Amino acid sequence: MDLNTVTSVARPTTREQLPTWSAGDAWLAGGTWLFSEPQTHLTRLIDLTDLKWPALTVTDKELQIAATCTVAQLDALPCPPDWIASPLINQCCRAFLASFKIWKTATVGGNLCMSLPAGPMIALTAALDGVCTIWKADGSVDTIDVVDFVTGDQSNVLMPGDLLRSIAIPLAAFKRRSAFRQISLTPVGRSAALLIGSLDEDGLRLTITASTKRPVRIALPTLPDTDTFEEAILDRVPDNLYHDDVHGKPAWRKQMTLRLAEEIRAELQGFRP
Amino acid sequence: MSFEINGHSFSQQPQTGQCLRTFLRELGHFGVKKGCDAGDCGACTVLLDGEPVHSCIIPAFRADGHAVTTIEGLASEVGIHPMQQAFLDAQGFQCGFCTSGMIVTCASLNQAQRADLGASLKGNLCRCTGYRTIEDALDGKSNVEDAEPGAAFGRSLPAPAGPQVVTGKARYTFDVAMDGLLHIKMLRSPHPHARIISIDSSAARAMPGVHAVLTHADTPTTLFSTARHEIDAMDPEDTRILDDTVRFIGQKVAAVVADSEAIAEEACRRIDVVYDILPAVFDPAAAVASGAPVIHPDKTPGHRVSNAIRNIVAETHGEFGDVAAALASSAVTYEGTFTTQRVQHGHLETHGGIAWLDAGGILNIRSSTQTPFLTRRALAQLYDLPSDKVRVFCERVGGGFGGKQEMFVEDILALAALKTGRPVKWELTREEQFIATSTRHPMRVTVKAGADKHGKLTALQLDVLSNTGAYGNHAGPVLFHACGESLGVYNCANKKVDAVVAYTNTVPAGAFRGYGLPQTLFAVEAAIDDLAKQLGISPYDFRRHNVIKPGDPMLSPAGTHYDDVTIGSYGLDQCLDLVERAMEIETKHDLDDDWLIGDGIALTMIDTVPPQGHIAEVVIAKRDDGGYDLTVGTAEFGNGTATVHRQIAATTLGCSVEQIHLRQSDTRNGGHDTGAYGSAGTFVAGKATHDAAQKLVAAMQADSNARSATGTSGGTPRSVAFNVQGFRVAVNKGTGAIKVLKSVQAADAGAVANPMQLRGQIEGGVAQSLGATLYEEMVIDDRGRVVNPKFRDYHLPSFADLPRTDVYFADTYDAIGPLGAKSMSESPYNPVAAAMGNALFDATGIRFTQVPFKPDRIFPELQKKFGKA
Repeated sequence: MDLNTVTSVARPTTREQLPTWSAGDAWLAGGTWLFSEPQTHLTRLIDLTDLKWPALTVTDKELQIAATCTVAQLDALPCPPDWIASPLINQCCRAFLASFKIWKTATVGGNLCMSLPAGPMIALTAALDGVCTIWKADGSVDTIDVVDFVTGDQSNVLMPGDLLRSIAIPLAAFKRRSAFRQISLTPVGRSAALLIGSLDEDGLRLTITASTKRPVRIALPTLPDTDTFEEAILDRVPDNLYHDDVHGKPAWRKQMTLRLAEEIRAELQGFRP
Repeated sequence: MSFEINGHSFSQQPQTGQCLRTFLRELGHFGVKKGCDAGDCGACTVLLDGEPVHSCIIPAFRADGHAVTTIEGLASEVGIHPMQQAFLDAQGFQCGFCTSGMIVTCASLNQAQRADLGASLKGNLCRCTGYRTIEDALDGKSNVEDAEPGAAFGRSLPAPAGPQVVTGKARYTFDVAMDGLLHIKMLRSPHPHARIISIDSSAARAMPGVHAVLTHADTPTTLFSTARHEIDAMDPEDTRILDDTVRFIGQKVAAVVADSEAIAEEACRRIDVVYDILPAVFDPAAAVASGAPVIHPDKTPGHRVSNAIRNIVAETHGEFGDVAAALASSAVTYEGTFTTQRVQHGHLETHGGIAWLDAGGILNIRSSTQTPFLTRRALAQLYDLPSDKVRVFCERVGGGFGGKQEMFVEDILALAALKTGRPVKWELTREEQFIATSTRHPMRVTVKAGADKHGKLTALQLDVLSNTGAYGNHAGPVLFHACGESLGVYNCANKKVDAVVAYTNTVPAGAFRGYGLPQTLFAVEAAIDDLAKQLGISPYDFRRHNVIKPGDPMLSPAGTHYDDVTIGSYGLDQCLDLVERAMEIETKHDLDDDWLIGDGIALTMIDTVPPQGHIAEVVIAKRDDGGYDLTVGTAEFGNGTATVHRQIAATTLGCSVEQIHLRQSDTRNGGHDTGAYGSAGTFVAGKATHDAAQKLVAAMQADSNARSATGTSGGTPRSVAFNVQGFRVAVNKGTGAIKVLKSVQAADAGAVANPMQLRGQIEGGVAQSLGATLYEEMVIDDRGRVVNPKFRDYHLPSFADLPRTDVYFADTYDAIGPLGAKSMSESPYNPVAAAMGNALFDATGIRFTQVPFKPDRIFPELQKKFGKA
């Protein structure tokens, strides 16, 4: 929709050109959320496009995803055969409530910064041990794990003027066996629980998203049995951490979390290394 | 910046924060539609460098230097795009408002995406079709037939507007450019109940570009109802154009008329309103309890408000026989309380219109309405204008479903045009649709029923509490209709009704497809189902045994009694047979043991016309080219009547449909038409068309110089139509997920005027009702605020969410309807929730009594019964 209070757009090409943040500013990446709701508090958009951050960079250690990388670009990334966890990328893209048409515009960084419980790029990058690089408003640079970046429903660690620059995924994370489960109140609707598990010699990692207000990471040194696993989840996720909105009641989200976690455990057990 | 749109360069520049959608429309590309303005519905889809995007969430400046293709640019010099042709062949549209975006999206799909339409089309909502014909278009199927002259009735002829719809040229309400157009934005109440102490609009009025600020001080104090009925006395006089008391969050407070929407929005923010906040009540049971805040304290039965002090708008109580005694002596009984939620029509074209005064001093209003004539009448009364000085009309309307049987915007538009002397436009946002128009009436229905050991119904009793929200538009008629045919379809010696509709401080409810019957049928058909199960009788046989037969009276103790309803044709027996046969066919599936499978059916009867008069006048006149001008008042909003009127006229006149030139839904054309509601488009208006055509034939036989004839229909006597819905469902006891394995509906619509369109109406009705049965719910918080006023939080069914419904027609010929036809727009909706509830009971043994049947709602009872997830 038209953002009628916006009177200027800044188009920095370098970090040095980023304007001094003031009230009424918003970063513009894809804009798919920004333009989807009234934003009467905004007067200036700071368009990140001309920073021309390379969308995806693979080094010998990690995959760097620019915050401005679109969902479609990430989905199209050709992955080497030993990235056995790479099907998670498409699975998480498909978990978007929005269709492929939005993926062309919406960005990975935008999804993280939106910090909805159901943000599938949060689920993906958290499960793959992603680390955020943040350009702080004071000119410094900070890093934080994705799982700690999101602190609650639509809240995160960013302070006004902070900018999410990129997410780094260690290549090792792509080389773990993984299992994905998602459920929604409707066949292709917003995730009410989205869980990703992985298994390697260091044990089992479970990332719980969508059902909880923020991502929850559970790591166990070995593949647990059903009861131990459930106890671990019950221990780590108190009832008041389950999200409550029109996309799922908390009690149901809890039961679905336990059910999907067990399905993941069982699937990974079948692939025990 | 320079913009290339459909191969043409444009030098115009967008506003800084403007989205591409509105920029494209400013430049005349009206095929780019607004359904949500939020990226959810896909009606605004365009290609950006060949890739489909939702133009409402693309900043316009980002199109600089890129090629934009809209629906208008999809065709090449040699002809329309193959996907446009495919939608035309399959008739993959009804109202057609989603069609531009749907076609642009479908034209861009690759083979893999076309094999996975559930995912590929989740960004394109269609509220009318249920998606089957859209799938047909993608599959290259043709659904249209042609007809010899004089043989059009009964053939699957295409909608006359099809070529315009698929090319984006069909003109909907806002698809016109007007010089000097002003724009309205509305300041709305943030409080659920408050008295307005003062409104200071000086800062707003001082803004450059603001032409007027309208408040309650500027409007007549006349009380009226936004509901449109042929007889005004059907609704209470409880509404003012702008009131000095607000009764729900979202109620109109002040309208700003300005050069642009942006200025009007800013001016709204600069209006200072002082409220005296009053206590509010949101729950209808609390509202009718003594001591509750009184919402319309000054209303009396003279205003047609039954009991204002108890917040009761209307009520009906009646009994024949002795229900209590009958229940006491019945072999089996059932009692249950059922709750239905608040749902929204979700027509993709929002409410709104454009008003202007022409050189002749006539106030013209181009509106998104189902009732141009009744709206004209109301405006003339409110503003004390001669009716020939007011013109209300619509071209193509982007869906209605009853939501546009109201006057929500025309009163403000008229005042704005009268005050400023300028053309004025007001287009509601999607959020305004949710918080400030109308919804279905939520109801709590307690049913008691009994049967003897032979399976004969002994007692039927309904206790209904309906919630009309802050205003009583349609409150009474919906309540009475809800208690009418739902009971009248069953022969039973003892029936009782106690029904009440309450005011609450929430968004008003109004007319919505089915008009109360879906709510009560959910309870009645569950009771019937349960009695049959208790007796070990099949649900088909139990109904066969107890439903009315030709010649039987159709009795309900509630409301006013009308004696003009007869069984003009009877196909309920056939409908039951058709569904039973279809359900006997087994369904293959590969579901595991977590899935429980069950079957359920429900039936509905509906009067073919609303009571107390429904009038249509039609003129057919010979043209010099050998064809005929057919002037009808009824509106086309996807109901397909534009097709049917031509078929009826051409059949009667012995010509081709191409020779019939339809002029529609414009008060300037003269005559009167009550409107396109109550499923009256074919049964009433079509009957007038038939009458006019017959008269012209007779006149021409008598006098070869005869040029024209007028036909009328008064909507009486009335007949009844029937539907039976069957579902086979699978329920996952570990998650609460529901899969529809089979959906069958049989309909008795009399002689079928257009089988393709009728099938579309039925599929669309089932689809919309499945939305309300499985997904949709407007949530209102404890302050009276609508929590989810957007499509991403209020889930309209997408392609992936709906099964295909097999449709069967009973073979009947109605003695009253035109050429034997009956109505069939609303009733396909009515039995869906009830049939689903019965199927769930069959599958699980649990009687779920609240819709929607969302997994998170039904899971607790499944878990209680079947154990751990």
